[in-house]
Amino acid sequence: MSAIAADAGAPAGHAQYLTFVLAGEEYGVDILRVQEIKGWDVPTPIPNTPDHIRGVINLRGTIVPIVDLRRRFGLPVAEYGPMTVVIVLKVHGADRQRIIGIVVDAVSDVCSVGGDELRPPPDFGGAVAVDFVRGLATVGGRMTILLDIDQLLDAVTAPAA
Amino acid sequence: MATDLSRFRQTFIDESRDGLDAMEAGLLGLERGQADADTINAIFRAAHSIKGGAGTFGFGTIAAFTHRVETLLDEVRAGSRAATAELIAALLAAVDVLRGLIDGAAAGASDDPSACVDVAARLQALLDRQPAVAGPAVPAGPADTAPAGWRIRFAPQPEMVAGGNDPVRLLRELATLGEATVVADRSRLPALEALDPEALHLAWTVTLTGPAATREAILAVFEWVEGECELDVAPLEARRDAVSPASAAPAPTAPPAAGGGGPPAPAVGRGAAAPVPGDATSLRVSTAQLDELGNLVGELVITQSMLGQIGRDFEPRRLEQLLSGLAQLERNTRELQESVMRIRMVPISFAFNRFPRMVHDISARLGKKVHLRVTGEGTELDKTVIEKIGDPLVHLVRNALDHGIEPPEERRAAGKPEEATLTLAACHRGGEIVVEIADDGRGIARERVRAKAVERGIIAADAALSDEQVLDLIWHPGFSTASEVSDLSGRGVGMDVVRRNIQALGGGVELRSREGAGTAVAIRLPLTLAILDGQLARLGAQVFVVPLVSIVESLKIDPGQLGELAGRAQVYRLRSDYIPVLRAADAFGIPASAGSAGGMLMVVESDGRRAGIVVDELLAQQQVVIKSLEANFRAVPGLSGATILGDGTVALILDVPGLIGMTHRGGDGSRHGHPRDGLAVAA
Repeated sequence: MSAIAADAGAPAGHAQYLTFVLAGEEYGVDILRVQEIKGWDVPTPIPNTPDHIRGVINLRGTIVPIVDLRRRFGLPVAEYGPMTVVIVLKVHGADRQRIIGIVVDAVSDVCSVGGDELRPPPDFGGAVAVDFVRGLATVGGRMTILLDIDQLLDAVTAPAA
Repeated sequence: MATDLSRFRQTFIDESRDGLDAMEAGLLGLERGQADADTINAIFRAAHSIKGGAGTFGFGTIAAFTHRVETLLDEVRAGSRAATAELIAALLAAVDVLRGLIDGAAAGASDDPSACVDVAARLQALLDRQPAVAGPAVPAGPADTAPAGWRIRFAPQPEMVAGGNDPVRLLRELATLGEATVVADRSRLPALEALDPEALHLAWTVTLTGPAATREAILAVFEWVEGECELDVAPLEARRDAVSPASAAPAPTAPPAAGGGGPPAPAVGRGAAAPVPGDATSLRVSTAQLDELGNLVGELVITQSMLGQIGRDFEPRRLEQLLSGLAQLERNTRELQESVMRIRMVPISFAFNRFPRMVHDISARLGKKVHLRVTGEGTELDKTVIEKIGDPLVHLVRNALDHGIEPPEERRAAGKPEEATLTLAACHRGGEIVVEIADDGRGIARERVRAKAVERGIIAADAALSDEQVLDLIWHPGFSTASEVSDLSGRGVGMDVVRRNIQALGGGVELRSREGAGTAVAIRLPLTLAILDGQLARLGAQVFVVPLVSIVESLKIDPGQLGELAGRAQVYRLRSDYIPVLRAADAFGIPASAGSAGGMLMVVESDGRRAGIVVDELLAQQQVVIKSLEANFRAVPGLSGATILGDGTVALILDVPGLIGMTHRGGDGSRHGHPRDGLAVAA
């Protein structure tokens, strides 16, 4: 594993993250889970699903649900613009792997974070849901929230509220 | 070599399972008195190949066990042992044991000799007994009819010589049986630099004529190399597929690439699909191949609708799109053509095959005499459908055996033949396949159904129900008429599950029954689950697909015929009937678009129940490819899937049975509706 990571340009023990912006905050996802990044396309809405499920799109013949992360995190809703992108992720569920797309404001960078740089999220005593936060890291002087995307799956598979 | 063997292990397992099926079918035939030489030979051949394969792949237990079976069968074949009921029962038990052993081998379990001890002892006891002289029921096998000669294809494995077996000696021995013409097949011979001088790369085809050349004598020659070679002994005149006289060079049999690193034989121009002589009717297709075919068809349909769209509103700047679409079409067509050459639909006999044995066992246990008649087993349908109807069929057959068919005394008293007939029939009707399970048993007693329904609180004691409505109660969840619960059926997980499974496949079930005369259940199924004919309809700004088969009619809404019940459910007066109305826009929370005050009413039907769906506009009808919503998302009530339209956007497919269920659960609208709707209310 470390050899592969080293080949990819990261020192041993480091993992690479794709970072993106959401309401002014910097977030990151494990780059190995990223299938592709594509522009925003209007999805087909699905009836009787929570608001953060924007619908489904056709990704080369596969039906892929689109999750609006702003709505999922309860952030102010933004208009979709030319910078809006969809990050297509491979999410591992209990039974199988699924492909989902997440809508973010903009993609920023790829960074490498060492295991020792990762800090656990502070405990908010249940006031803030932090299950899908893997940890916090400082990248280039900015705090980056690294997401555990498998936890995001509940946003997709949970029955309608 | 080890990896090579493991590659063929799966083939051995698959073939052994087929072989066991063939043995079972043959044995059941024998039991019915079908004791002709062909049947016995087929059983023997199957046992023989299992033994040979098991030896090769190191399944000692299977090989040793099958050897006993084979010995018994050989005696039957030779006419020195009669096919008694006892023998057949023991052999059927042996088939079961073998099936268990093969399953164990498939699961990678090590041989467990204890599994077959009982049956092995039973076989041994039969073997030890002096074989009785064959009764007249067993006619002479073809071995005794002395054909003009034999054509023997002998393809040893490369390492056969390492065991001290000299092919030249075998051939010389063959020559003592009669006049032999030997042709060597050098096609497996590798180039000189790759040649392993200690391996054997040759195969031979021997044409043998002479009075001493019987099948037994030939097999005896090869006795010691059994399992180390491929041996095919066929009577000369049976080889009608040989183009040239028997002395011609390489046999048409495609030599499997097993073990040989050499180039394929030049005779094999037909590729891997070349049928093995004598086995032409059987076909094995992997599910992956079927899925691939489905995907190809899907792409083709998408391309076609894309081209259709370009054609409808064409303008010069879309020329490039058109050209790329045409290129895609060409590629799709080619790929599809190639795939179709490899894959075919699967005959429904795959689902029917298990029934002869099941009927035999269950009727024996219940002390009933049942003759199973199967028709239309060659009817082909999608493999996925075949896989899913297995369980519902089993359930219906068990029901018929357990509840429908009477014991012999009762039948005699009713003036019917003692032996009941259970019919399994399949046929194509329109774009659907119809499978019918019919018995000539006692039929369904309306009064008992009624009494049971009252007892279960499904209907009121004084409910006025027509005959048809009473029969419909059978499908009610938790309903079972069995007076006592048996281990076969009647646990009340009955017919409603069957119906739900069939409906999930997009099909339907109908029940007909006449008291005293029998019961028939007809299952209608779509031929395929991958594509459906859809009606596109607009709801608000969104396009939905409604399966064409469920649409009865579509009409412009006459507001005067629209009424409301209890302020929450809407009904529409359709000629003399009232049908519940579903506003898809409300059910799905889609804002109705302006200017669609009237809209269209799409009358849909599922399973005898009707409902109206209000849509804003009807669009085109087209074939759509069904894509799963669940693969990456989850099931959504009211939707059965999604599809991709010509412009690349996703359209959702309405689940008509589900939606009708919603209207019937949600409102009282059906009380005055379609006669059969009353049941849903009673529920």
